[in-house]
Amino acid sequence: MTPDHHRSNVSLARRAWAIRRNAVRMGQVQGQGYIGQALGVADVLAASYFHALSYRPDDPEWEGRDRFLLSIGHYAIALYAAMIEAGILPEQELETYGTDDSRLPMSGMASYTPGMEITGGSLGHGLGIAVGMAMGLKRKDNPAFVYNLLSDGELGEGSTWEAVQSATQWKLDNLIAIVDVNDQQADGKPSDALMQMPEAPRWEAFGWFAQEVDGNDIDAVVAALDAARHHPGPQPRVVICRTTMCKGVPFLEEREITHFVRVEEDEWDRALAILDEGKPA
Amino acid sequence: MSLGPNSRRTPKNVARSAPPMGGARTSAMIASLDAEGRATKPAPFGHALAELAQTRDDIVGLSADLSKYTDLHVFAKAHPDKFYQMGMAEQVLISAAAGLAKEGFTPFATTYAVFAARRAYDFIAMAIAEDNLPVKICCALPGLTTGYGPSHQSTEDIAIMRGMPGLTVLDPCDATEIDQATRAIADHPGPVYMRLLRGQVPDVLGEYGYQFKLGKAQMIRDGGDVLFVSTGLMTMRALDAAARLQKDGVEAGVLHVPTIKPLDEDTIAEACGKTGRLVVTAENHSINGGLGEAVAGTLMRRGLRPAFAQVALPDEWLDAGALPTLHDQYGLSVDAVVKRVKGLL
Repeated sequence: MTPDHHRSNVSLARRAWAIRRNAVRMGQVQGQGYIGQALGVADVLAASYFHALSYRPDDPEWEGRDRFLLSIGHYAIALYAAMIEAGILPEQELETYGTDDSRLPMSGMASYTPGMEITGGSLGHGLGIAVGMAMGLKRKDNPAFVYNLLSDGELGEGSTWEAVQSATQWKLDNLIAIVDVNDQQADGKPSDALMQMPEAPRWEAFGWFAQEVDGNDIDAVVAALDAARHHPGPQPRVVICRTTMCKGVPFLEEREITHFVRVEEDEWDRALAILDEGKPA
Repeated sequence: MSLGPNSRRTPKNVARSAPPMGGARTSAMIASLDAEGRATKPAPFGHALAELAQTRDDIVGLSADLSKYTDLHVFAKAHPDKFYQMGMAEQVLISAAAGLAKEGFTPFATTYAVFAARRAYDFIAMAIAEDNLPVKICCALPGLTTGYGPSHQSTEDIAIMRGMPGLTVLDPCDATEIDQATRAIADHPGPVYMRLLRGQVPDVLGEYGYQFKLGKAQMIRDGGDVLFVSTGLMTMRALDAAARLQKDGVEAGVLHVPTIKPLDEDTIAEACGKTGRLVVTAENHSINGGLGEAVAGTLMRRGLRPAFAQVALPDEWLDAGALPTLHDQYGLSVDAVVKRVKGLL
């Protein structure tokens, strides 16, 4: 059965807009948040949650679902925003973001949030867990995919490359890694630290089916996710998505970009107003 | 450029003359605990797991290039379709085991204790224990069971694992107990860290009619002068030491504590609360953070103040050498334990 969100006539651009808006509203609750990453990855999440993934919003543990693993725990604000838009989480709950007793903690954890598959935050864990889940799905003859959204910074972790090799070894053609490349980690640029560019040949050298796209071009992300799912070979798949932090809010895009983008108190409403002006059909 | 003082430890053998050739005891990789003239059983972990998997499709086994040396190869041979050779990659060994558990399987992940406790700790913590997944991490070469030196001697794994919320920590004594504990942890819904003796493993507890119970300490023999509170292979040593002490008129009991976390505090407090007994904890582990300190904490919290001593490894990087030599040197041999207790009485 095709899930309802696949039959929707709401455009993916509109979904991405809503994800951005939800994220900004959550940032406003706390007066802070990883809003730069959330705005940057919104198009990737729109293509994932409203085109590629199969799931049932009212049953986040449905056995037939595609698993979506967020290893970058601080991107939780973006995933909550997408899951609210998807109907997995109620919209009014975004007002609890990061507060005591909230189901939406600042760093994503499996035990707190429906639809959150793993506890992220200790970077370099997600792809290894994804390898095990992909093995498990194959053992069960379950045709679902495992997606892992990881960051360019995580490519510095040795454990990521243990998982990369393992996925090739076990021919995990049901595993799709999505790498958000915004070239920004806590102390600066990954490309100034451990990340070698261009990225796709590195994954290809490890035996993966690799594609590299503009992660803020929804059509390109959709095409890449389709190609990843339908690729006939036995390789695991990776979609490397180059994204622009703070995408969609120009005055933030122009700000000095850091891991934790500063937003003044009055700027949250300004950001929402800018998003609303550009509301897609 | 100015460099600070060099604080490297002094190389142990620099000042030593070359040892005499021939006849020296070898620093065998794998502990030959069977060289004590008692009955043994081969590969109790591997055989128990292979038998379990005959009826349980949820059980899978993973190894990071050490299946032969953890006895998992017995399982792998019996159930090749349920075995994952993960290669020399302990982080994905543990993460993939977590992923398999999330999909409903009961993974047994095996490596050496040093590699699980030191290299894969963050993955055991965040991928397994924080999510309360039923992964069983079963590790060979616990404590001082190899003469290869600190790279292989897991002297602090219990201290490390005790610090992890939600993790059950076991140090079984012998073949009988490894067989029973393997079956018990397969039924336990949460994560477990279990130390393993492998190869030809001595069989000691069978003659006492012992039956392992997860989370329970059990009195193997009683005695009014000394109470050994022991775990792992040191229960074998404590039983032998108690028999030797008895010949000299000293009555020693042995309370075996295979589950170090959660600790059976009630049974331990009751046994240690009997007045007049010297309490001697005995473990194949550093004096820091293992059974001894766990028992001491229990006694303090409950207001019990028996005379108390710890048989444990020193807080040092241990020497390489032959295992019997090292067990004498560091106080784990029966001779050393008997001597220690007599000195305390």
